[in-house]
Amino acid sequence: MNFEAISESVPLYFSGTLTTLKLLLISLVAGLLAALPLGVMRASPKSWISRPVWCFTYVICGTPMLVQLFLIYYGLAQFEWIRESLLWLWLKSAWFCAVLAFAINTCAYTTEIIAGAIKATNAGELEAARSLGMSRSTVLRRILLPSALRRAMPAYSNEAIMMLHGTSLASVVTLVDITGAAREMNSRFYLPFEAFLTAGIFYLALTFILVGGFRWAENRWLAHLRPRQ
Amino acid sequence: MLQGFLPTILSGMVITLTVAVASLAIALVFGLAGAAAKLSKSRGLARVATIYTTFIRGVPDLVLMLLIFYGGQTLINDLAPKLGYGRAIDINPFVAGVLTIGFIFGAYLTETFRGAMMAIPAGQREAGIAYGMSKWQVFHRITMPQMVRFALPGFRNNWLVLVKSTALVSVIGLDDMMFRAGLAAGATREPFIFYSVAALLYLAITTVSILLLRSLEKRYSIGVKLARL
Repeated sequence: MNFEAISESVPLYFSGTLTTLKLLLISLVAGLLAALPLGVMRASPKSWISRPVWCFTYVICGTPMLVQLFLIYYGLAQFEWIRESLLWLWLKSAWFCAVLAFAINTCAYTTEIIAGAIKATNAGELEAARSLGMSRSTVLRRILLPSALRRAMPAYSNEAIMMLHGTSLASVVTLVDITGAAREMNSRFYLPFEAFLTAGIFYLALTFILVGGFRWAENRWLAHLRPRQ
Repeated sequence: MLQGFLPTILSGMVITLTVAVASLAIALVFGLAGAAAKLSKSRGLARVATIYTTFIRGVPDLVLMLLIFYGGQTLINDLAPKLGYGRAIDINPFVAGVLTIGFIFGAYLTETFRGAMMAIPAGQREAGIAYGMSKWQVFHRITMPQMVRFALPGFRNNWLVLVKSTALVSVIGLDDMMFRAGLAAGATREPFIFYSVAALLYLAITTVSILLLRSLEKRYSIGVKLARL
């Protein structure tokens, strides 16, 4: 173990952590916002609404995120009209492509999680709300979503952790996140064991923080579902 | 078709499948051993298994793969001369990939198997012992068949994630489907086409796996009545 090289590289890892967290936060928020309407559509009993969403989630969940990232980062550049359009200002940056790929990926998984929670809602709750004279959109806003989103939280915490790990792919398209920092340290000192072990410890710490955060959130918003002591 | 690159990519798919199946075999061994250790009476074994699952599930696959491939290489080459072996040893990317993926998914399978073992009421095992069966007989007559049924849904998820993780071995230089799609993309300057082909082939693998595992699930649930309203 070469601790000198590690301590010399710690600032690099911290700036990498910042990149990882930025990637994670932006893609999680964007993915969640898109997954809300898609999840409601996916849970719809009308098949012409739920089917297209199912196709989207099936394709995204059935292919590796690396392929999706490469399709966006390398693949889209193949087309002349994309390179000449205004979109290219965004699509030529590795940063934007990574966020886009991660957001689409987490959106698909989150859609399924939300749809599952909506389908598992107690029918009586909704009937009671309807019988009180609420309109369908009011039921959705006041009853269905608050209840379903809370119950979706344990599954969503897993998804968030999977995404944290997924952001390590950003290093493959030249971004310097935690994994990218480890690669840089490795090429500078040629100490692969120290470099990637340090990266692992940083990820482990972030994972524990995320798990702790979700546990706190579940205690706060899912207290009514806890078994009685 | 596809400028003659299709056979290359298809033979890459065979490599992808080989990596997946070989690492599954290793993961099954680690998973069963891990689950047995976690449920054993020995505190030490349980603690080792807990450290294993926590560490592995807290660190991204890519980082673990880079750690084992590059870190393992230097570690072995540091150790080999001390053990009296003169030449430099190269770790083959296939071996590194299979070992890493197997080791990682062993941790996920540990949790799947542990849950499945705990889902079998202890009374059944006690009844088996009361009938004079040996420990092995209790395992393969009573525990095992039911464990398969309880473990299959979790196992299906683990397998699907594993197949997608194998795409990462292309990053450490194994010429799997992803790697070959990348070569074809570079040679023809049509990355979108070739990464789409790779995506479709991954989708085909997941679809076939889902169908096969579903029929297996049916087979193992023959004796179970479904709850219907």
